[in-house]
Amino acid sequence: MFKTLIIMKILVCISNVPDTTSKITFTDNNTAFNSNGIQYIINPYDEIALAKAVELAEGGNASVTVINVGDQSTEPTIRKALAVGADEAVRINAAPRDAWFVANQIANYVKENPVDLILTGRESIDYNGTQVTAIVAELLNLPSVSIAKKLTINNNEATIEREIEGGKEVVSTSLPVVVGTAEGVAEPKIPNMRGIMSARTKPLNVIEPIDVTVLSKITGYESPTPRGAVTLVDAGNVDELVNLLHSKAKVI
Amino acid sequence: MSILVYVENIEGDFKKSAFEVVSYAKAIADQTGDSLTAISIGQVADENLSKLGNYGASKVLNVQNEQLKNFVNKAYGSILAEAAKSEQAKVVVLSNSFSGKGLAPRIATKLNAALADGAIELPEISGDTFKLKKSAFSSKAFATEELTTAVKVIAVNPNSYEVKETGGSATIESFTPSLNQDDFSVIVKEIVRATDKISLPEAEIVVSAGRGLKGPENWGIIEELAEVLGAATACSKPVSDADWRPHSEHVGQTGIVVSPNLYIAIGISGAIQHLAGVSSSKTIVVINKDPEAPFFKVADYGIVGDAFEVVPKLTEALKKFKNS
Repeated sequence: MFKTLIIMKILVCISNVPDTTSKITFTDNNTAFNSNGIQYIINPYDEIALAKAVELAEGGNASVTVINVGDQSTEPTIRKALAVGADEAVRINAAPRDAWFVANQIANYVKENPVDLILTGRESIDYNGTQVTAIVAELLNLPSVSIAKKLTINNNEATIEREIEGGKEVVSTSLPVVVGTAEGVAEPKIPNMRGIMSARTKPLNVIEPIDVTVLSKITGYESPTPRGAVTLVDAGNVDELVNLLHSKAKVI
Repeated sequence: MSILVYVENIEGDFKKSAFEVVSYAKAIADQTGDSLTAISIGQVADENLSKLGNYGASKVLNVQNEQLKNFVNKAYGSILAEAAKSEQAKVVVLSNSFSGKGLAPRIATKLNAALADGAIELPEISGDTFKLKKSAFSSKAFATEELTTAVKVIAVNPNSYEVKETGGSATIESFTPSLNQDDFSVIVKEIVRATDKISLPEAEIVVSAGRGLKGPENWGIIEELAEVLGAATACSKPVSDADWRPHSEHVGQTGIVVSPNLYIAIGISGAIQHLAGVSSSKTIVVINKDPEAPFFKVADYGIVGDAFEVVPKLTEALKKFKNS
């Protein structure tokens, strides 16, 4: 007996961001990010998307492609994604200039290489943008769900739980769909030795970018002003804290 | 020309973030000399819609349709882009809420507009150029973003702009958009909202606890303190990773970034990733038995002491204060 195997194609969009423990500083008169000594990682929310994709592909019913818009320096991050379990990778050879630029590169790739499911992280931890998910969907005329907490796929149907203020909402839609994943969708996976070895030989295709007009630009940075020294209150004198919060900080 | 502001309702009511965005948009309209139009989608009583006039809207577009009862970002995006065109809006303002994050990019794409998401201040306007300050690197820094497109979309972070009453009034007009059935492929199955809970991103006071609490069974003292303050509860990453508390309470660089008036951190050491999520809080109080906890370095007020002793005492003192 032969069973027709339908392979679901999953595209995971990853960005290359400073490690979460990084001290953030700037150069060139506060107009450029100081990447000196910074370790780069897969954006933590994209790691969740990747883990979910790899989980869905277990059993061989799906293939996972990761896509990154970045220059050659992002390849170690891409190889890590392959080590976690993606089958192949695509790098659009351009520095990511803004969300609009990145989303257009991804959408253009998908137009030429259709997929059933596009996963992004809910946001990137560098510029804290949440735009790519919905711009990609809009450019491809697809449904999307940003800030997903749970995702299940059954045949051609996705059921997604998304966060709303003070609660949650459960929605369903048929594939293809673009989903921005948050904590809860999957546990990030740590690559094992076999994964790391096999990642070296998995395909990493480099594609040249399309021309896209950038819509916004960052003209400068500021570091937050440090707070004054802490006022310590004796553990036996909580009334004093209540008094300070009321009369000095004026927050209660 | 006009400024258009989208006001989100929750079951027919406008929450604080709705009035924040109207106040924010009004301040822009005053600078550019344009009129302010608000737009509401879904079942909202006229009495609630007219409240928007008191924050500066001169006109309220009311979109009511059975199909639009639930939020679907694709459909709402089409409607708001259509309204922006018919109102000749040069700026569209909305809340950077959970729904707003899925909606703003769609509106911007349809209008060929630059989008500033996560704005925390009013733009600096010179001619057609807007400069906006936004939080970046998870509140470890601020970035100034420049927008020069003819139409601009701004998604404002909750709790970052003060509500201002103008005493004005608004006319209510019904707006009938052309609906595209293709936009409704996402179907809302269920909405679960804990009505007694305060939403974390919008909360003015947040009581947060970490591993120092030793186990989920000890959260009673945190909830009691939160209750007396009318605060939302939150936690650190190790706590949500251990499933002591839900992920939706995780505050930090990879969780929710909050900017309340008062953030009380109990039994949280203050890892850099946690601090990134809370550093824009106006006042920070730290309770920790370890005087060397890094959190004390970024706190305004601190108590070195055992949470299990200090927190119940603080709750009692606050009760006394509230009743006095």
